[in-house]
Amino acid sequence: MREAGLAPFIVGLPLLGAVVLLVFGRRIGRASGLIASGAIGLAFVLGVITFVRLLGLPPEEREATQQVFDFITVGDFSTGVSLLVDQLSVVMVLVVTGVGTLIHIYSISYMAGDPRYSRFFGYLNLFAAFMLLLVLGDNLLLLYVGWEGVGLCSYLLIGFWFERPIAATAAKKAFLVNRVGDFAFMIGIFVLFVSLGTLDLLAINANAAAMGAGLSTAAGLLLFLGATGKSAQIPLYVWLPDAMEGPTPVSALIHAATMVTAGVYMVARLSPVFEASGGAALTVVGYVGALTALWAALMASAEYDIKRVLAYSTISQLGYMFLALGVGAYSAAIFHLVTHAFFKALMFLGAGAIMHALGGEVDMRRMSGLRRAMPIVAYTFAAGVLAISGIIPFAGFFSKDAILASAWIEGNFLLWGIGTVTALLTAFYMARLYIRVFEGPLETPEGTHAHDAPALMAAALIPLGVLSVIGGVINLPGLVTLEHFLEPALGESEVPTGVLTFLLPGLALVAGAAGLFIGRRLYMGEGAEARRARVVAAGGPLVEAARNKFYVDRIYAATIVAPGRALASFCADVLDGRGIEGVVNGTATFIGRSSQSLRHLQTGYVRTYGVTFLFGVVLVFGFLLTRVVLA
Amino acid sequence: MTEVAPSYFLVLAALLFSIGVVGALTRRNAIVIFMFIELMLNAVNLVFVTFSRMWGNLDGQVLVFFVLVVAAAEAVVGLAIILLITRRRESANVDDAHLLRW
Repeated sequence: MREAGLAPFIVGLPLLGAVVLLVFGRRIGRASGLIASGAIGLAFVLGVITFVRLLGLPPEEREATQQVFDFITVGDFSTGVSLLVDQLSVVMVLVVTGVGTLIHIYSISYMAGDPRYSRFFGYLNLFAAFMLLLVLGDNLLLLYVGWEGVGLCSYLLIGFWFERPIAATAAKKAFLVNRVGDFAFMIGIFVLFVSLGTLDLLAINANAAAMGAGLSTAAGLLLFLGATGKSAQIPLYVWLPDAMEGPTPVSALIHAATMVTAGVYMVARLSPVFEASGGAALTVVGYVGALTALWAALMASAEYDIKRVLAYSTISQLGYMFLALGVGAYSAAIFHLVTHAFFKALMFLGAGAIMHALGGEVDMRRMSGLRRAMPIVAYTFAAGVLAISGIIPFAGFFSKDAILASAWIEGNFLLWGIGTVTALLTAFYMARLYIRVFEGPLETPEGTHAHDAPALMAAALIPLGVLSVIGGVINLPGLVTLEHFLEPALGESEVPTGVLTFLLPGLALVAGAAGLFIGRRLYMGEGAEARRARVVAAGGPLVEAARNKFYVDRIYAATIVAPGRALASFCADVLDGRGIEGVVNGTATFIGRSSQSLRHLQTGYVRTYGVTFLFGVVLVFGFLLTRVVLA
Repeated sequence: MTEVAPSYFLVLAALLFSIGVVGALTRRNAIVIFMFIELMLNAVNLVFVTFSRMWGNLDGQVLVFFVLVVAAAEAVVGLAIILLITRRRESANVDDAHLLRW
């Protein structure tokens, strides 16, 4: 089909870029950044063309697949590398390539002077290719290939500065934690394949209802466990804060805007499977999401590392998206995914600019008043803060409001309540971050001289800042809205009516504003120190626990890592060391010892051999003779 | 002309062979051992010829020629080895050459 004809090139361009950069990177040198940015930029242009072509069609026909080649054909079963272009995938393509292009451009400046400059861009392009394959694949197998591919790139990029042991450990942690989720995801795919006999996403969605509640609940929960790994939800979120050891553009692209949203995309894409379970799977998704949102927001409020605050904030916002999925508001989840990609990537890039200016410093206690030294970063960052806090008319207001409104309309007031409290906390920790870093008298760590973002960084920050301000218009009621566009793919979404139309957004706005106000009271102006001390005293154990990340890392270390290590060392030392090696070495020792005694038979005297030989001949002839005689 | 019974030849061959075996196993000089081996070969040749005559066909005699040719070739190689060993060690004593042991 013509509409999907460009899809293979959207995936292929970054892939080609990655291959060229990883093979010839050393010879290309400085031009690597331009090649990588050009590859993904072109993919973005193709994405826009595809989007415009889709818009030219009537809404029901905006769906096309493009077969590239046969992948696996075994007996009756056959699955191809074929790409699905519909409303959902084209939105994801635009986010991945659009935000991706800006981050590539930013990286040209951020990574300048790095000894592995072209390898970095090779990995980034490879990541983009896998991510695009993930969102464009029309069957679960391709989705899984992309899923594992982005996981691999995430590992490579978190550990990009692998000379630092902490980065290497973080990369390993991310990979292993994801493995748990990926395993469940794989089993979920098996369940779907065994019960439906197909891996095709559209066919699965069409037949999901026929699976029965039990199987679809199992499949849904397994798929969701996979999503908790990739999208950093309870219980598998622990890798994401550590993943901040990677270069900051990586945090922005992979661990904020794109890869971590793969779980949200997957649940939205397979929503009929989750719905076929009669609500059980979706309920789990919603509550896990809400709990994660609140949990991570609490930890973000107690963290001092600016990148980690943003990481917890990402976990929390992803929780919002799952909350939305859980109440069946798929398009609201995707809407929040899009706006979140804008403002979170913006804030990460801002944090990167700060690190760039302050020699890699990330502790917010050692900086203050940076607004005076770096206004571009400060004002774009402020746009991000207002957007994530849900202040009208910034992008986050519309998307967060859509989620909270959906929870309310579904009648799930508990989820709505958790979401609203989290909105308040979100605004609070963002205000805390912003005020600590940008307000007050100018202070920087010793030996550093703060300077504003260089031109290429600003070139990425400003468009993202603008999108954070006006990004909400893509879903303004009354216009050609995102939700309306996504409707054929994700189903109709309910919108609040009557007094709720104003009441719900109003409440969300109040929560956000209250959070900002509390943040301002505690961190700015006269007496802030004293007020803060009183809050910490009142919070007591809760504050202490939040500062220690609720001891989750330590609990995991004690309950999972330690027994795992014990089992591994048992296998290595006892089973392998004494068991298997015992058998092997025992055989060798036995042969060795017997040969030691047997070799004395070799005297070296020819006559000894001759006599032995004679004996042998006599024996054989004697034997033959007796047979002849006795016969 | 009276026929000599084949058994006489066979007994003579057995005697010659046994002398060859005992000699080859007891003597130490490589050249002497070599001569005893030749003795054994010729004892076997005698058996071949005896049977050839007894059965009245030529197969045995043909085999004797083969044995002679092989023995000649073997003598060349063997004597060459003995010569080299003697040059190195200034003795033809086989017990001196006992390197191939533990």
